[in-house]
Amino acid sequence: MMKILVTVKEVAEVEDDFEIDGLGIDEAYLEYDLNEWDDYAVEEAVQIAEAGDDVEVVSVTIGPERSEETIRMALAKGADRAIRVWDDAFESVDLLDVAAKTRLLAAVVEKEDPDLVLTGVQAADDGFGATGVSVADEVGFEWAAVVNELDLDADGGVANVRRELEGGVEELTEVDLPAVLTIQTGINEPRYASLRGIRQAQRKEIAPMSLDDLGFDASALDSPIALTGMSEPESESDATLFEGDAEETAAQLAEVLREKGVGAQ
Amino acid sequence: MTVLAIADHRRGSLRDVSYELVSAGRQLADATGGDLHVAVISGNVEEFGEKLNLTGVDTVHTVENGEEFNHDVYAGAVEALYDEVDPTVLLMPNSVNGLDYAPAVANALDLPLVSDAVDFSYDGGLTAIREMYGSKVETTIEVDAERVAVTIRGGEWPAVADTGDAEISAFDYSPDGDLGSRVLGFEEVAGGDVDITDADVLVSVGRGIEEEENLELVEELADALGATLSSSRPIVDAGWLPPNRQVGQSGKVVTPDIYLAVGISGAVQHVAGMKGADTIIAINTDPNAPIFDIADYGIVGDLFEVVPELIEQFE
Ligand SMILES: Cc1cc2nc3c(=O)[nH]c(=O)nc-3n(C[C@H](O)[C@H](O)[C@H](O)COP(=O)(O)OP(=O)(O)OC[C@H]3O[C@@H](n4cnc5c(N)ncnc54)[C@H](O)[C@@H]3O)c2cc1C
Ligand SMILES: Nc1ncnc2c1ncn2[C@@H]1O[C@H](COP(=O)(O)O)[C@@H](O)[C@H]1O
Repeated sequence: MMKILVTVKEVAEVEDDFEIDGLGIDEAYLEYDLNEWDDYAVEEAVQIAEAGDDVEVVSVTIGPERSEETIRMALAKGADRAIRVWDDAFESVDLLDVAAKTRLLAAVVEKEDPDLVLTGVQAADDGFGATGVSVADEVGFEWAAVVNELDLDADGGVANVRRELEGGVEELTEVDLPAVLTIQTGINEPRYASLRGIRQAQRKEIAPMSLDDLGFDASALDSPIALTGMSEPESESDATLFEGDAEETAAQLAEVLREKGVGAQ
Repeated sequence: MTVLAIADHRRGSLRDVSYELVSAGRQLADATGGDLHVAVISGNVEEFGEKLNLTGVDTVHTVENGEEFNHDVYAGAVEALYDEVDPTVLLMPNSVNGLDYAPAVANALDLPLVSDAVDFSYDGGLTAIREMYGSKVETTIEVDAERVAVTIRGGEWPAVADTGDAEISAFDYSPDGDLGSRVLGFEEVAGGDVDITDADVLVSVGRGIEEEENLELVEELADALGATLSSSRPIVDAGWLPPNRQVGQSGKVVTPDIYLAVGISGAVQHVAGMKGADTIIAINTDPNAPIFDIADYGIVGDLFEVVPELIEQFE
């Protein structure tokens, strides 16, 4: 029996035109989706489960009730069950920092006692790129960040991974289990949830967990890191923007390109 | 206030961000008239130590231990150095290797972590600027703690190049017990049919293209312009183009005369691979897309309308 815990986050995507309301983006301009990196992490876990026997995949999220829809996507793609950590105390928190997420997710790891934890490299919204490795340190697991290939040798107690470095170089590393791996996009081809999967997901369990259930009180969310401002970056653009309809703008661009010798044979 | 910055190196060379960490570190140390310590761990530390003897650096600590990065060695060494140097701010790079040890170190030392900072200041406490939502907004982060760990984004601080008069001192560290992870080797991603770094003109396609079938449209444009086709990462992740076409941090760094970005938002990791192009042109429906910040020319418009017109212009 092997257990894989996958952390998944519902992230907000911002529409092209948006407005900032205080310390956040006005809800009207946000759409929610499963974090891209976590989609790959779920797929990786499900593929491992499909290839072996007796592998359980549990997904965990810290998120409000709304995020259950997103969590169901992980279930529809093949996760066996889900845990959702939330509490009224979260409502008054502007930014859940890495240390707070680490505390909470580490408590879940300790409860579930998985052999492998998969997270995404980063959350597309706040993008700390830090939660997985931080959790690994907290629970005393080994880890590897930015993994784009995973070959699990559960009997040998190791995972052979490729870490994607800068400039098209990959590092081949052997990591002792249990481990936390942060998964990079492109490691696999995430599936679309099938209709059958979606139907089955309706019957799967999303277990709620409060701070109390994890052995904490509201002080677990205290953080020395405060979000104190949000603004649209001042455009540093000195681009010449062509005006007009598609035909007109294309013609102006074509002129610039021709001046630069493009297309001249 | 003392600042401790950890250099980044790989396969025999210091990475650019190491020199940027020196100016970022100096900026903070200056704010309080403190010292800047720089540490380099593993590899040819003697050579690296000399190179890191830069203006503004007070002490360089060299930690000899193996050739390449290993996060268990880094985490242990940085924690030991932290105890020795007693810094107020621990600065690390937001590189792929930084992602692999900085969060563990911050957690082990119980330091609040601000990752991927693009700017900061210090006035009794650290205030940092970081981006969110794929660079669509900028946030201010204030840290109400005596000490803090920060990772900096590459390319945001100037690189320091001038030699200084730092003390270079060897720091003794060896990990206790077996390491839980072992680096077995490296591999370059396969070359393939085309070398996009050779092209004078690149037509580069991003997620705005939506479907694999639509790639034909940009292929046609590349043909009409006599250009080579490249792409952002999601196109390669989806398997629509091979890895040797990917521009960016983990793909190729290209410096063509003309880079035409079609349906690419301009995420930092993409820009890292193409900001050196002579002329950057963007076609994007989103006027706020960060690609326009570095573009010389742009069309705010739908690629499915603009690209066919552009093809027509060259037929
Ligand atoms: C460690 C790491 C390494 C990475 N390495 C790389 C790398 O090497 N290269 C890379 O590219 N990325 C890399 N990334 C990913 C990067 O963060 C972005 O996710 C990626 O660059 C986004 O690609 P995109 O711009 O094509 O897609 P998106 O960000 O989704 O942008 C699509 C754009 O298309 C526009 N658009 C949509 N429809 C239309 C239309 N009809 N007409 C015109 N425009 C339209 C949208 O407005 C949007 O701006 C890396 C990430 C990490 C964490
Ligand atoms: N609120 C959350 N709930 C569950 N997992 C999370 C949450 N935030 C971050 N993670 C996980 O940690 C990864 C990295 O996130 P971050 O460090 O915030 O960039 C994500 O891809 C998720 O897998």
